[in-house]
Amino acid sequence: MDLSEFAAEVGGTNDGAVTIAGASSRGGGVRGCRAVSAPAGLDWIQADEMIVSCGARTLVADLDAALADVNQCVALPNSGTVGGALAVGRSDIRRLGYGPVRDVLLQARYVSAAGDIVKAGGPTVKNVSGFDLCRLLVGSRGTLGFIGDVILRTRPLAAVSQWYRTEAEPFLTFAQLYRPVSVLWDGAFTWVLLEGHASDVREQSELASLSEVAGPPALPTAARWSMPPSQLRTLSGTSGFVAEIGVGIVHHSDVAAVRSQDPAVLALHDRLKAQFDPTRRLNPGIDLFDV
Amino acid sequence: MTTLIDDLQRALPRDRVRVGAAELSLYRRDASNFTGSTSVVCFPTSTGEVQAIVLACVTHSASYVARGSGTGLAGGATPLDGAVVISLTKMNQIISVDAQARQAWVEPGLLNLDLSKAVAHLGLHFAPDPSSQQSCTIGGNVANNSGGPHCLADGVTAAHVLALEVVLPEGDIVTIGGEDPEPDGLDLRGAFVGSEGMFGIATKVCVRLSQNAPAVRTMLLDFTSVEDGAATVSAIIADGMVPAALEMMDALCTRAVEEYIHAGLPTDAAAILLVEVDGLLHGLEDQVTRIIAIGKAHGARTVRVAQDEAERALLWKGRKTAFGAIARIKPNYYLHDTVVPRRKLPEVLNHVYEIAARHDLLVMNVFHAGDGNLHPLLVFDKREPGVMERVHAAGEEIVRVSIEAGGVLSGEHGIGLEKRDFMPLMFGPHDLAAQAAMRAAFDPTGLANPTKVLPSPAACGDVHHIPEGAWI
Repeated sequence: MDLSEFAAEVGGTNDGAVTIAGASSRGGGVRGCRAVSAPAGLDWIQADEMIVSCGARTLVADLDAALADVNQCVALPNSGTVGGALAVGRSDIRRLGYGPVRDVLLQARYVSAAGDIVKAGGPTVKNVSGFDLCRLLVGSRGTLGFIGDVILRTRPLAAVSQWYRTEAEPFLTFAQLYRPVSVLWDGAFTWVLLEGHASDVREQSELASLSEVAGPPALPTAARWSMPPSQLRTLSGTSGFVAEIGVGIVHHSDVAAVRSQDPAVLALHDRLKAQFDPTRRLNPGIDLFDV
Repeated sequence: MTTLIDDLQRALPRDRVRVGAAELSLYRRDASNFTGSTSVVCFPTSTGEVQAIVLACVTHSASYVARGSGTGLAGGATPLDGAVVISLTKMNQIISVDAQARQAWVEPGLLNLDLSKAVAHLGLHFAPDPSSQQSCTIGGNVANNSGGPHCLADGVTAAHVLALEVVLPEGDIVTIGGEDPEPDGLDLRGAFVGSEGMFGIATKVCVRLSQNAPAVRTMLLDFTSVEDGAATVSAIIADGMVPAALEMMDALCTRAVEEYIHAGLPTDAAAILLVEVDGLLHGLEDQVTRIIAIGKAHGARTVRVAQDEAERALLWKGRKTAFGAIARIKPNYYLHDTVVPRRKLPEVLNHVYEIAARHDLLVMNVFHAGDGNLHPLLVFDKREPGVMERVHAAGEEIVRVSIEAGGVLSGEHGIGLEKRDFMPLMFGPHDLAAQAAMRAAFDPTGLANPTKVLPSPAACGDVHHIPEGAWI
């Protein structure tokens, strides 16, 4: 994909502050700032390599629709753009089975603060050629560079995918099952997503005495807590939440507690920002510690 | 003014700061073909001691190299120019295991396989399984972002490290990543994994443990051509299966292994494919049926399904002892590590055979076919005059054909010294500058394992050779 036009729009160090916008499903770009958009569109699918290449403004839904033709999908939250999903880096409720968003990105080409097109990573699933700049980009919310196009790892679509519910204790249910895709708990009920061969899914559901339901519960959207999975038990007796068992994400109706940050870690962030965007022109005002 | 050795001996008991000729000789290299030099070898037993060593090095502007068992194959742990060696092998404890959350905190010197053995009774294991897993350390796995046969389905080390306690190059002790899934800020954990000791020293590692599969099936398929074997690999993946492992051995390697372990391998085959699937029973049996059908449709002569754990262990022993078997043919080998798209495996393998023949070298291939991760093994006797030049020339050509086929420089061994000057084959000046920026942010001192991974600026855009004399 040709990124030269996108790079020209982003401009260089002397072109002032700039923000990037996609489908605005995650809040959009920085207000009052000149906005650019990455290219959209599927570049190619290599089903036998289980990889796909697309522009960062491609909608995840469009990508999944195209991949469905070869019985594959990407483990990205199915909303907004690919670039937005990567820049924010937040997984959806299938993280327990599908893994975090950061493991999906194999290669990214981004436009740097200087206006250069920079490649991070490579096109193969296995790759330890140099430092892992892709990991740094995922979740960086456009503060280190604006992602233009990507190569993503795909995964096979499951033969069967079924949600269940139970009143059983969530940690017991979690321990009973082999690699469930999602285990959610709201303090009263436990929801489970099982995928795989139909007979395995049925046997697992019987083992844990699960009842079929149409889908997951509605998730509180006010806040997203991140807790060590071992501490989710402390939510017992409370309400207003849906917790991802085995993961530690808690969708909550109350704001999360502010976490203290180690000054040495903050200093390392400052040094990275200074290296990648010395004039702080990319997505100015975005604070990675104020989410 | 105190000397560096004085300060180190003040920071650690004297018996753990070694300057004897035997230690200095032993620790001047890792398992690669490079030999460097060190002036002192330290054996810390705590994070505080690692910090004290790093601070002493900063005071004296002395470079240092942290290392575990030294099983690295790319020279990442080879000290250069008298660098201080910090051996973390005495920090080898399992600190805590949370069976319910499937997490464990361990020290970096813990051996990979010891972790899986220690949690086996909980039905858990640590997924990365490099061939050196009996002797390599978790800290080394972190530094190299190590893989292994079973990383096809479960991912490499970066996917199994949740948090790290790190002594940064300026001496700060920080925790990056977290037991929780979404720590604030940048993914410093992800950036650190695979940084080959150049971003600081990990002193504690929080790893993710994986559930042991309830059932496993291991199959051996043999082919009369490498192309048929490789086509089978692609067809299995294209059919929507991601086996736990998909390993291939070529004819020469198969014969060497069979003579070594007598596993009943078909010695007249051009290629054999070891396929392992695991998981729940019905899905497993379905996959076995589909894999056998795909194999037969692509010319598999026979399919052997391991009937019990003993037979499975024997088949895997063939794969994992391949390097030992090769020692029976010639005393030395040079193991390469590149990745190519799966569909390019036959084409690249043919190039590899042609390159080896042109340089009058024996080559064997035993590799992670499912990942497209090639491991051409050049076998030679280094006493033969001029052979090393041919080995290096052939190796460079193998790297080049892999990149030209759309592959990458390294799948699991890392860059280290071995492929540092090949980095411009894969990355342009802006790409390399971005990686150098990461290094500068993590290590403003430039003392943590310098001169590895990144080519010197003069080398950008061109490929230079490692200076002569660096090779043994």
